[in-house]
Amino acid sequence: MTIKGLTVQKRKDAPAWLEVFIPVAGFILALLTGAIFLAFLGVSPFEAYREMLISSLGDSYGISETIVKAIPLAMAGLGVMLSFKMLIWNIGAEGQIFIGSLATAAVVRYFYVDNSMIMFVLMFLAAAMAGGAWASVAGYLRARWRVNEIITTLMMNYVAIHLVDYFVYGPWRDPGSLGFPMTAPFPDAARLFQFSGTRVHLGIVIAVILSLLFYWIFKYTRWGYEIRVIGENPKAADFAGMNYLKNVVLVMFLSGAIAGIAGMTEIAGLQGRLQHGFSAGYGYTAIIVAWLARLHPIAVLLVSFLMGALLVGGDALQIVMRLPLSTTLVIQGLILFFVLGGEFFRRYTIKIITEKEPEKWRS
Amino acid sequence: MEIIIPILSAAVRSGTPILYATLGEILTEKSGILNLGLEGIMLMGAFTGFAVSMYTGNPWIAILAAFIAGMAVTLIHGFLCITMGANQVVSGLALTMAGTGASSLLGRHYIGETITGLGKMQIPFLSKIPLVGPIFFNHDPLVYISYILVIAMFLYLNFTKFGLSLRAVGDSPRSADSVGINVARTRYIYTLIGGGIVAIGGAYMSVAYTKMWGDLMTAGRGWIAVALVIFAIWHPVRAALGAYLFGGVEAFQLRLQAAGTTIPTNLLLMLPYILTITVLLVIAVREGKGLLFDAPSSLGQPFYREERE
Repeated sequence: MTIKGLTVQKRKDAPAWLEVFIPVAGFILALLTGAIFLAFLGVSPFEAYREMLISSLGDSYGISETIVKAIPLAMAGLGVMLSFKMLIWNIGAEGQIFIGSLATAAVVRYFYVDNSMIMFVLMFLAAAMAGGAWASVAGYLRARWRVNEIITTLMMNYVAIHLVDYFVYGPWRDPGSLGFPMTAPFPDAARLFQFSGTRVHLGIVIAVILSLLFYWIFKYTRWGYEIRVIGENPKAADFAGMNYLKNVVLVMFLSGAIAGIAGMTEIAGLQGRLQHGFSAGYGYTAIIVAWLARLHPIAVLLVSFLMGALLVGGDALQIVMRLPLSTTLVIQGLILFFVLGGEFFRRYTIKIITEKEPEKWRS
Repeated sequence: MEIIIPILSAAVRSGTPILYATLGEILTEKSGILNLGLEGIMLMGAFTGFAVSMYTGNPWIAILAAFIAGMAVTLIHGFLCITMGANQVVSGLALTMAGTGASSLLGRHYIGETITGLGKMQIPFLSKIPLVGPIFFNHDPLVYISYILVIAMFLYLNFTKFGLSLRAVGDSPRSADSVGINVARTRYIYTLIGGGIVAIGGAYMSVAYTKMWGDLMTAGRGWIAVALVIFAIWHPVRAALGAYLFGGVEAFQLRLQAAGTTIPTNLLLMLPYILTITVLLVIAVREGKGLLFDAPSSLGQPFYREERE
């Protein structure tokens, strides 16, 4: 039995443990590669990673901050997951978050009622409708005229961010903000419930409910099944009488609505006002969350916690080690690269060729 | 005329980085590989060009270095998509993230620094032609090289044997394979060269256009280029038209701001992005069927030589 070499074989079914192994291995390899890159830049990777770990998961405050970041990631992640299931590439969660927050701030400014229940319902609906409408434009263009949704959703991100900037630099700027581009602080009735002693807000409840809801939809409902079929085989879906246009627009609407709600909870739950650049790229990180979670709604919650920790760690790197926030962007990109590479092993397996059994691998 | 000529001349200049990126992506997509990492590649090119120009003082070495850096980062995308058969959309997004992050991490000590960069070079005779001269022939050499690249790519894609096999690989990799073309090798070559050209577009931003390094300085131009490839229906000459149209909007917007318009800046800044969506929509509505005909048929789909469909 001498080893003669390696061969790549296609396999029919990937073992279940690979589902967990690939993302975990990808995450670890990405951190290792990131360490080499940091060392190359003259930054001690041990110090950097220790700082990231301690700040994000080291104590109860760190963990609560990680959850704070995980909330918008989980919601936006669920939103893009829904569209990805259908192979509609909604890259626009970032813009939808901004539009949701814009609608929230508009409600607070023009329709304020001194009752937190009514305010919550109003803000929730406004953010969902605005984010949903914003995203369904791209969905309609895609379904009706095959306009590439990756580009439209992405371009609309830039438009949304400039639109929010227009308001916070212009008509909505708080005169008392000393020139900072932000609205006045929201009154109490427009603030969401916060868990005492932390900055964790009601958003976490919404995220968990949405995640369970999607789990149920995909597992038990006909509509959940339709979305998967349309995504995997549009032709078969068409034969089965499933309406492509209606479903694409609906999915994009829901996808954007959820991202919009993430924007609402972020400003009404956490920041208490609308300000320039309030979202730290949550909409983009959400893409990684959905992909790493393999489009599984419960896994989205877990992965968003992990990515939240990465973002909190990134903040600490900026403050303590004076590294730009983009350090986390490098690590995020690397995670995706390694997980994508790992997907290869779901389809193929590597066999060691030995002299004794040459016939087996040749077939 | 006195107002129009400077705007059109500026349109060519600010359209040039987008033109390089669009041309690079056309080459890549013609081979059947979709690369959405343009923004990241451009930023890596912009940084490499800037840093090399600063240390060597030679803008041409800087451009060459950017080209090589562009190929190097694109190699990751090539390996994942060609050899490993990975999802091209996600890999491209990852490249954008990693490239964007790496460029601002690498460039963090260079923000605000300036370089001599690439200067203007008037072309004798041609620059004296009224109207055409000041608009097209009163720029830096990289602009002229982009003209040559447009024509060369048009001829290469349509009238050479290599261009034919490139299109065959993008349209029908299986038949290309059956006539003895190495699909994987062809895809690697054009994806890498395409990535290198995209990076030159980024380097144009730092070495010729602004002559400085700014964090995230490409500001979405990579994504606009992805859209322009569709606008151009994979045709280099139409790519030039599209790039100058966008350059024109940018130049016009800057003029308006300089003239002290009452339209808020943030609303003007939306223009290129809204224009991108409008252009895509018009193209799709008007040429829906023709568009599908011109797109490389196997775009975005991995090719496995050993598998039969």
